[in-house]
Amino acid sequence: MLRNFLIALVLASFGFIFYNLYNSYEPQTELTGIAAHYAENGASEVGAANLVTAVVVSYRSFDTLGEITILFLTAAIISFFLKLSKEDEERVIIHRGTSELLKTASQLLIPLMFLFGIYVFINGHLTPGGGFQGGAIIASAVVLAIMANPNMTINHNVIIWVESISGVSVVLIGVLGIVLGGGFLDSTLDGYGLGEFGTIFSAGTIPIIYSLVGLKVGAELSNILNMYQKSQKEV
Amino acid sequence: METLELGKIGLLIGFLLVIVGFWGILQQKNIIKIIVSFTILNTGINLVMVALGYVKGHTAPIIDSSVSQLENHNVLNAIVDPVPQALVLTAIVIGFGVTALLLAYAMKLFKAKKSLEINDFNDLKW
Repeated sequence: MLRNFLIALVLASFGFIFYNLYNSYEPQTELTGIAAHYAENGASEVGAANLVTAVVVSYRSFDTLGEITILFLTAAIISFFLKLSKEDEERVIIHRGTSELLKTASQLLIPLMFLFGIYVFINGHLTPGGGFQGGAIIASAVVLAIMANPNMTINHNVIIWVESISGVSVVLIGVLGIVLGGGFLDSTLDGYGLGEFGTIFSAGTIPIIYSLVGLKVGAELSNILNMYQKSQKEV
Repeated sequence: METLELGKIGLLIGFLLVIVGFWGILQQKNIIKIIVSFTILNTGINLVMVALGYVKGHTAPIIDSSVSQLENHNVLNAIVDPVPQALVLTAIVIGFGVTALLLAYAMKLFKAKKSLEINDFNDLKW
């Protein structure tokens, strides 16, 4: 009883704060400060049509490097946490088969989902999307594959290699920015690689970085899913 | 009744989702439901952040034909704030990481006691 009252009190206080915030909120009528700089100079400085990508991968790419580190840490902690003992690892569990509908539909959908994920991260600098979104779409294809065939195994070595190589390559391209451009993770390489605005080979190293990030995110999420799936072997 | 602007609608739905998420975290007993509530809370906060970057009458921060159709071709007067959207991208990824860890803990907790009811885990309660 007291508990319910306290919960209601907390929610009512939040509601009160939000009500006042909502009432005093006036939408902006023009861009100011840093956003105005990005809007005015983003196209000429970075060359990416999608300004969010320009902010994420060029202006604030250090932030993105931290992001992929966080994802890597999550995958590493989960693998450590759900580590199986040797006897559990060798146990074979046959799961019940899933419905015919799911199996047949997944055969059609999984290649399309992979293709769409790759499309999303390759076009990250032109259309809404990017490495993280594309990687998440690829991982959702892996979820569908596991759901349709619960007995499948994912090759751990492939995931580890894709993840490591793409992670190291992102940092190497960042170092390339020191040599050729203005600093670490400078995507423009001093205006050298900008290309024609609005085409796929434009915006310096952004498409390459985002494709690598997409591969890395897809591999990491698949790794986490693999861990979840394998931990079913534990009794 | 006056019509709501897009920014205000986003703000309103975001705040409602935050309250629903808090309610779920405080009220629910099932660990999976608590995790779902956490993601709802997360989504609400992200929606509020994106809504705060809204600029009246402007379009998405992508420079394409929708911007060049404007009469003065000025990007500054055409797009919404890209910075909150970029920050929310980071927030979504971190939220994903936290959710994945929560689910891993939930699996371990279930293995330990064969139950997902939060009241069954009273080892540290006095």
